[in-house]
Amino acid sequence: MQYSWDFLIYFKPSLTGEGDYWELILHGLWITVSLSLLSWAVAMGLGTVVGILRTSRSRPVVWAAALFIHLFRNVPLLVLLFLAFYVLPELLPPDLGRRIKQADPVVGQFVTVLAVLSLYTAAKAAEIIRSGIETVRRGQKQAAEALGLSRFDSYRYVILPQAFRIIIPPLTSDFLNVFKNSSVAMTIGLMELTGQTRQIGDFSAQPFEAFIAATVLYSLVTLCVIWGMRRIEKATRVPGFLVGE
Amino acid sequence: MYEFDWSSIVRAWPYIWDGLQTTLFLVAVGMVAGIALGVLLAIARLYGPRPLAWLVALYVNVFRAIPLILTIFWFFFLVPFVLRAVTGNPYAGVGAIYAALAAFVLAESAYYCEIIRAGIASVGAGQMNAATALGLSRAQALRFVILPQAFRNMSPALVNQTVALLKDTSLVYVISLNDFLGAATKVAERDGTLVEMYLFVAAVYLLLCSLGVWLANRLKNDNYAA
Repeated sequence: MQYSWDFLIYFKPSLTGEGDYWELILHGLWITVSLSLLSWAVAMGLGTVVGILRTSRSRPVVWAAALFIHLFRNVPLLVLLFLAFYVLPELLPPDLGRRIKQADPVVGQFVTVLAVLSLYTAAKAAEIIRSGIETVRRGQKQAAEALGLSRFDSYRYVILPQAFRIIIPPLTSDFLNVFKNSSVAMTIGLMELTGQTRQIGDFSAQPFEAFIAATVLYSLVTLCVIWGMRRIEKATRVPGFLVGE
Repeated sequence: MYEFDWSSIVRAWPYIWDGLQTTLFLVAVGMVAGIALGVLLAIARLYGPRPLAWLVALYVNVFRAIPLILTIFWFFFLVPFVLRAVTGNPYAGVGAIYAALAAFVLAESAYYCEIIRAGIASVGAGQMNAATALGLSRAQALRFVILPQAFRNMSPALVNQTVALLKDTSLVYVISLNDFLGAATKVAERDGTLVEMYLFVAAVYLLLCSLGVWLANRLKNDNYAA
């Protein structure tokens, strides 16, 4: 059996009448990128809060934060997504559940994936941020306290600025994971890049061309993220800090 | 309030257990073959000739750049073509399981490779020099000196990656393979018990992953103690 390559397929109109195939692919890329960037923004905010709580002095707070992290890190993302999409609306009060089910499907899918991906990513980010905070030398915390800074100010001005500089490399790989993980959105019908190319493969009978396009685009996104994070690392570098560590 | 009905899990347990076995089979093969291939890739990347090291780096980076779902699709469509070309039988059909196995072994080997590379790097360069000074060949030094120490250092990371692999196997859902999640979904859709089934599935994955995390922490503490 022979496969007949046709790299001009990208410029042919889709069977669905939604435009040329390249337009569909770009639309998928747009959903992947917007979903991932939004999730990452929410996850960074939430992850920072949970990571700080994880280093709190109060035992119950530490346990609550640890439980959140453990739950969201040890259940597959796909199962979490199905819980949010199929299970949660049933368990909510009937009125609220009905309103969720009647929402615009694409908006509903997008918001569900956004919420799940944010929580999943936040749990991982919280662990990284906690380890960053713990790496900042204890003397720094004591010095901040001795200078009369409040707990909040010592985190805000002394500990976090150092912790974030330390954890840029692990955060980068986490950031990359968000883009890859966003592909689970296709399982509930949101046509992001992977789902879109899968569908194009079916419609056009040229699956390999479609997957090549997706592979190239994901690789480009990866390169952009690595480049961007290096820029941030350079721009925030403090001379003398982190050298010879 | 929602009325829970857990009976369909009990009734369909043999079918779900079959799915769980498929999941564990994918994890076992992905882990063993992934680590074996990962060791070879890591050695090629560290000690191989320039062009080979460069090719391995490309392999590892591409597999790490694309989503696993896309990798699974690649092999789902690619494996039949390869098989037909190899066997000469134009109608050779392929079970989705082979596509999944190929995808997991190759993609996970890229992830394991990076862990193993870091593990080998964590063994001081002096060890290699000392081993070759004692008259061991490069291969012997790796086999008897470097790798045993490296595996000790990286065992927690390898276990953590295997937990990630267990979570990733659920993605075979996209090619309708009957793994744990796939089998549970089919039963749940038949019986109208999505709520109970997905809560149950989440609990089982949570339990299995927690075991892995516990093991990784134990190994880490043992390494510190040593």
